[in-house]
Amino acid sequence: MIRYTIGRAISLCLSLIVASLVIFAVVEVVPGDPAAYMLGVNARPDTVAALRAELGLDVSLPQRYLAWTLGMVQGDFGTSYTYRTPIAQMIADRVAVSLPLALLALTLTIVIAFPAGIYAASRRGRLGDIGVMGATQLGIAVPNFWFAMILVLIFAIKLRWVSAGGFPGWDHGLLAGLKALILPAVALALPQAAILARVMRSSLLDMLGEDFIRTARAKGLSRRQALWRHAVRNALIPVLTIIGLQFSFLLAGGIVIEQVFFLPGLGRLIFQAISARDLIVVESVVMLLVALVILVNFTVDLAYAAVDPRLRTRS
Amino acid sequence: MKRLTALLLAGSTALFSTTALAQNTHVRVAMQLEPPNLDPTAGAAQAIDSVVYSNIYEGLTRFMSDGSVVPGLAESWEISADGLTYTFRLHDGVTFHDGTTMDAEDVKFSLDRARAEDSANAQKALFTSIADVTVIDPLTVQITLSAPNGSLLFNLAWGDAVIVAPESIGQAATHPIGTGAFTFQTWVQGDRIEIARNPNYWGTPATLETATFRFISDPTAAFAAMMAEDVDVFVGFPAPENVPQFEADPRFQVLIGNTEGETILAMNNAQAPFDNPLVRQAVAHAINRQEIIDGAMFGMGTPIGTHFAPHNPDYVDLTGISAYDPDRSRALLAEAGFPDGFTTTLKLPPPSYARRGGEIIAAQLRAVGITAEIENQEWAQWLENTFRGHDFGLTIVSHTEPMDIGIYANPEYYFQYNNPDFQALMTTLTSTTDPAARSALLAQAQTIIAEDYVNAYLFELAVPTIARAGITGLWLNQPTAAIDLTAVTWP
Repeated sequence: MIRYTIGRAISLCLSLIVASLVIFAVVEVVPGDPAAYMLGVNARPDTVAALRAELGLDVSLPQRYLAWTLGMVQGDFGTSYTYRTPIAQMIADRVAVSLPLALLALTLTIVIAFPAGIYAASRRGRLGDIGVMGATQLGIAVPNFWFAMILVLIFAIKLRWVSAGGFPGWDHGLLAGLKALILPAVALALPQAAILARVMRSSLLDMLGEDFIRTARAKGLSRRQALWRHAVRNALIPVLTIIGLQFSFLLAGGIVIEQVFFLPGLGRLIFQAISARDLIVVESVVMLLVALVILVNFTVDLAYAAVDPRLRTRS
Repeated sequence: MKRLTALLLAGSTALFSTTALAQNTHVRVAMQLEPPNLDPTAGAAQAIDSVVYSNIYEGLTRFMSDGSVVPGLAESWEISADGLTYTFRLHDGVTFHDGTTMDAEDVKFSLDRARAEDSANAQKALFTSIADVTVIDPLTVQITLSAPNGSLLFNLAWGDAVIVAPESIGQAATHPIGTGAFTFQTWVQGDRIEIARNPNYWGTPATLETATFRFISDPTAAFAAMMAEDVDVFVGFPAPENVPQFEADPRFQVLIGNTEGETILAMNNAQAPFDNPLVRQAVAHAINRQEIIDGAMFGMGTPIGTHFAPHNPDYVDLTGISAYDPDRSRALLAEAGFPDGFTTTLKLPPPSYARRGGEIIAAQLRAVGITAEIENQEWAQWLENTFRGHDFGLTIVSHTEPMDIGIYANPEYYFQYNNPDFQALMTTLTSTTDPAARSALLAQAQTIIAEDYVNAYLFELAVPTIARAGITGLWLNQPTAAIDLTAVTWP
């Protein structure tokens, strides 16, 4: 187990180094100079050069890469070119919006998908199943920003229950914060719930065909009892894998929804930073997200090994 | 009993009168882009000036909504007979928001900083004629010029020339401290900026107690926020197609003002085939301006025939020189040696005037035989490749700086127009202070570039502002990027 863990840890470090190299290279290759962008069309070349020096852009690429990675190892993400504020603080502010939004959306996804998937599986081929499958087909086909626009039209413009967007900040109270996040969360959750419900249904149907379900039925359990006591638990394994993937998507993939609801989240930060060529912000935020995913995978690898002894010996 | 009734009556009158007097003392203003920082002296982003100009920072002179230049922190000034010395008398009792006094030393500091060797001022050219700034006494400052400059008072009104204090300039990017009628409160990055009335303002205090700026870039979200009354004012409303809906709604008022944005189809004058004046003339005659204004701007915008703002008293209407005439255009192309037309590139930056206008222009050019291959670019990419790299045949951009016809005197400028006569004319203009002589020179300058067909001049960009009915005192026009709230009331 120790050897396996060390092996995984080495691979984790290598992945992070490769990821940082790729991110840095890709971002720096994109045409556009942050200093020129900030100073606009009337700036004189000497002014642009002065600003480049002030921002530390006049040193060589390898030097900048080293400064960036060494800083991150020490927990210093650097300072934004355009905002002139520490990036760590900016990320913390934005995560305070994006993380609750992702969690809320994920909760909604599960709350909708589980009952819908189980119901459809238990009614296989009947009207209820066809109804749920039709609805999920629609949920997958319709893009979430369109959902978002419809929700705003109904709940913000017509009914005036919530505001059309923006975020008051958590210091205005939990309720005010949740109220601002509910529409974006619903818009994000509906397509994900549709996907998850379908996975839940097919995974359950697979289980219902297994020998152990036949045994359970033979031992006298009703169809419903067999489904709830044995099938659902076993069907959860592929479902949990999908939920893990969906969470990373919800955390990083809210860019469009954050634009539609003008929420100050991570997605909007990346969006603004890319157009302003605030390269160091783009690099740091993307690196952080990549590191999170790699770390989650590392944890999952360790968990698998703890559960399944075959994995340990194979390494 | 009588006394009680009287008391009640008096009480209710008082109650009613307070209701009648009650005003909305808070206004929520939306704009499309968030400022990257709040220091107008170190960045070109218009969003910076939109928030801080006149609200937080003030200069020696200032713009009004109609484009006129009036005294700001300077109470009055005298200009020496040779036009080389300007003596400014400053208002007494002006303090910065941190309580320190604003005096001649601060003026000297601000102007010296803007024109310094290592200055990061985006409009450094505004200050090139200044040779020296001298403090005479705490309320008198003298600016000496190296050569007469007829536009000095105008230049000093720009947001890039505001007066800052050495004590607080270090934090200006995130915590601006100026002399204006509003003080900076908070900035929740990505979401909003809040300002509050300055109780110690030296001039007429603002009516509003507080104001919030919000940033909504998505046109659909902008429409929703306005309709749901989440914001009260939207300056530069990004969905022109929805403007008629607001005009019809009694809850709102729509102001359509002009800007300093000459929107042009720029041609690469140094590159074939646009180095041939006949080709440039052919392009100009192929353009139907009204079709672009109607199709891309939903009717908002004034046709222009030269690089000058139509609302400026010195404007000359030269649209006739480049009137829409596709037959003439085809004949000119044949004369230039392109009877079957040619293929070129059309680089389009993000604003809708360029993206939507570009599609229409490409179709109009195709009608005379010119194939324009459209390439959409982000601003940063456009600045690097098109603007600095000169890698383009055609591009569309709105030049929003006020009075910027001088760019045609710079042969390095991206469209690379090199005409020594024009350059000489601009030198003469700079050193001319007599208003009548300046007008004549400006008219001459406008005519030269129109007759040389340097670029195809399309229209003057309009700016739609949507506001809740009853709000008064907003700027109609945008002579400079500003959302000046100092005179705004909402009874």
